[in-house]
Amino acid sequence: MPKKSSLSITVKRISKNKGALVGMFIVIVIIIVAITAPFIAPKDPYKQDLLSSLEGPSLNHPFGTDIFGRDVLSRVIYGARTSVSISFLAVVIAILMGMIAGTLAGYFGGVLDEILMRFLDILMAFPDILLAIAIVAALGPGKSNLIIAIAVYSFPQFARVMRASVLTIKNSEYIEAAKAIGESHISIMIRYVVPNALAPIIVQATLRMATAILTISGLSFLGLGVKPPEAEWGTDLAMARVYLEIAPHLGIFPGLALFLTVMGFNLFGDGLNDALNPRLKDR
Amino acid sequence: MTKFIARRLLLLIPVILGVSIISFSIMHMIPGDPARIIAGEGATKQDIEAIRSKYGLDRPLIEQYFRFMKGILTNDLRSIKTERPILKEISPRFLNTVQLAVVSIFISSIIGISLGIASAVRRNTWLDSFAMFFSLIGVSMPIFWLGILLIIIFSVFLGWLPSGGKGGVEHIILPAVTLGLATSAIIARMTRASMLEVLNQDYVRTAKAFGLAKRKVVYKYVLRNALIPIITVIGLQFGYLLGGAVLTESVFGWPGLGRYVVDSIFNRDYIAVQVGIMIIAMSFVLVNLLVDIFYALIDPRLRRG
Repeated sequence: MPKKSSLSITVKRISKNKGALVGMFIVIVIIIVAITAPFIAPKDPYKQDLLSSLEGPSLNHPFGTDIFGRDVLSRVIYGARTSVSISFLAVVIAILMGMIAGTLAGYFGGVLDEILMRFLDILMAFPDILLAIAIVAALGPGKSNLIIAIAVYSFPQFARVMRASVLTIKNSEYIEAAKAIGESHISIMIRYVVPNALAPIIVQATLRMATAILTISGLSFLGLGVKPPEAEWGTDLAMARVYLEIAPHLGIFPGLALFLTVMGFNLFGDGLNDALNPRLKDR
Repeated sequence: MTKFIARRLLLLIPVILGVSIISFSIMHMIPGDPARIIAGEGATKQDIEAIRSKYGLDRPLIEQYFRFMKGILTNDLRSIKTERPILKEISPRFLNTVQLAVVSIFISSIIGISLGIASAVRRNTWLDSFAMFFSLIGVSMPIFWLGILLIIIFSVFLGWLPSGGKGGVEHIILPAVTLGLATSAIIARMTRASMLEVLNQDYVRTAKAFGLAKRKVVYKYVLRNALIPIITVIGLQFGYLLGGAVLTESVFGWPGLGRYVVDSIFNRDYIAVQVGIMIIAMSFVLVNLLVDIFYALIDPRLRRG
């Protein structure tokens, strides 16, 4: 059982795990790029220049230009901002929803648990991004609906993790003790149950950031997510697909950024998981 | 065994019911008036009212749900756009998706199992590191970007394969490989883990101690025992491929069900969206059930669980 005092042990374990370090490095770089996009982007990502449309990489435009003559490098940089901000909001909402549902189900058990879990089963019966597509199909494309779709599609995972860790500590002696001295249900949940579940939730959140970023660009690629002209990797790849025959370079850079970001979050999440559950390693 | 299957089928009922309710409610989660949205811009009040009564949108929700389900079963439910029975629209596209998923699972099983065996037998060699690196790439690779890369390499530069559409064998290769990469990575991981577990068993050590050839031990004793979890993962992945084909189908213009659902969203053909999503989700659920039953058939310990 990892506890707060084991933070330094966790940090040590991560620093020994090469994959986790690479992942952490990528994640930090992407977050810095996302925050500082307006300062580090060499050009305005929305400024059109039809005279230099579909140019290959050059000194002036290191990643080339798109059909409207916009600078691809700047669009890739701004794309990080779009992906990171949307996925972060969606994952935070999903964590809150999942923690509430999972804590209630695990702590009270019985019929409530049964109903909530069956409902999650049904949500998870929709494979891959299909549930997100269904939600966006109804609500319509756009940023806020994208956030709702990703939150709804991600929260069952958090609810399960939360429920599982509630179940493991529910009958422990210190919870009994807290009950015996008359602490209320809510206070027990907030003071003892939730902090104990934080480690697996953080691991799950890191991995879910990867899935969320993939879902955002997947939906945007289909035309169901972020709308053009806003810079987003999936949206830009959808446009690139049209001009692949004459400008293949357009298909490289937004995808590479997307791939590295997803890999960074996956590596970091796996590393955290290994560091927090050392017994599972080597499997 | 019959009892096990009966119980699983019984447990299936609430899931199928739930999936159908969620799919049905897509049209009713639309903010505002669905009839107005189906009618499109510039529709008169009469148009909207006509659509409302045509699709029964003025009835109570429960009645609408039963009409929806009955319409599917009796083939009365029609696409909003083409007015043809919806199952007629969906079935050829569903078959295309199944075809893509079958070819894809075949390719990825071959790649995944061979990589997995190789890396388990030669643990901690460069081959093992390569296989693990491959599976890391596989799970992080955005499927539509992989499709674009393969098009750039094999269609634009080499000119070997078509970049999209449906036709001969050459048309299915790129989409099937694209769809299957992540799956082959997952199968490789599972194969490796499962092989390693069996390799550490006493009977394998005994077989080795008896001086049996390594090849024979690996294929006759280890692989056979490691196969159950591998086959399970292949089955579950097949379900995912059916649902996950949406992006691949869009990149390659493959006329499957996923792409049809996305096109129908843009056409405001909500009936097509509802039924399409329901069929994809239900086939995913059914494939999972079959995998469960198969698993119980070969491993009796699981029937009680």
